[in-house]
Amino acid sequence: MDKPTQGNSARSPIKPDSTFDASQFVQFMSNYGHTGFIGMQYRDQGHNWVELAMPWHEDLVGDPETGVLASGPIISLLDNAASMSVWALRGAFRPQVTLDLRVDYVRAAIPGKTVIAWAECYQLKQSMAFVRGIAHEGDIADPVAHAAGIFIQVESDGWARGLEEPA
Amino acid sequence: MSVLPPYALAMGMRIDHVEDGAPVIVMDTSDRAAGRPGYLHGGAIAGLLEIAAISALRADLGETYASVRIKPVNISVEYLRGGAMVPTYAQGHVIRAGRRIANVRAEVWQDSRDKPLASCWMNFLLKAKV
Repeated sequence: MDKPTQGNSARSPIKPDSTFDASQFVQFMSNYGHTGFIGMQYRDQGHNWVELAMPWHEDLVGDPETGVLASGPIISLLDNAASMSVWALRGAFRPQVTLDLRVDYVRAAIPGKTVIAWAECYQLKQSMAFVRGIAHEGDIADPVAHAAGIFIQVESDGWARGLEEPA
Repeated sequence: MSVLPPYALAMGMRIDHVEDGAPVIVMDTSDRAAGRPGYLHGGAIAGLLEIAAISALRADLGETYASVRIKPVNISVEYLRGGAMVPTYAQGHVIRAGRRIANVRAEVWQDSRDKPLASCWMNFLLKAKV
């Protein structure tokens, strides 16, 4: 649990002098599960933002006639970038779950192109984190999708469970 | 809807049965859908909701489907509870399908339909194929 010791607000949920290394986190996660399936890659991070990438892949296609990506993988990428932006701002990983996520598909992703997702945590509270993100193909002024969402902080107990436990 | 898109097939989704005119989509448990240890990834849940919503719209459009292109405009997902690594079901429900816009809702559940993992609304643009 974080106990803020400085900053202009005694209730600031941001730990001073701590960092969340998104690069290392992605490197670990990209070998497993859904993030591995979508081929998530790390690109960059700042104090309250993270940028990830997802190369085009035939398993991610939604329209076989055109090769346009399905929207599901784009949501997944935005969800991950947004989630990590919270940890970037917080300065540490902390269990959280998505409360809601809205995505506007501004245009179809161009077949064959890598999709980049940039997301920032623009407001961090004790229990909730407000995020927004943009998916694009290299020019953020020409977006594929916009996202807005909220993550809610949870206790570590029950956040993850081992495979041996009954589902 | 006879064939699901490559993304859905790769994620282990298929049509389980048709209920009240809309397909119920099932997603098999696999590492490809896993998020935090022991739970489904929120993106996989959203992806399943989208496939269910599109499938419901395809079924609703019937013969008209062949002459239009369905473009997803937006989606809003609310997550209600964590998803276990067990077979997961989803079904869409067309609220309104007009000439240009279709509004669809979808829910995803596991053991009990009364306890959905997540729900969403989606808006689609319908464009005549040229």
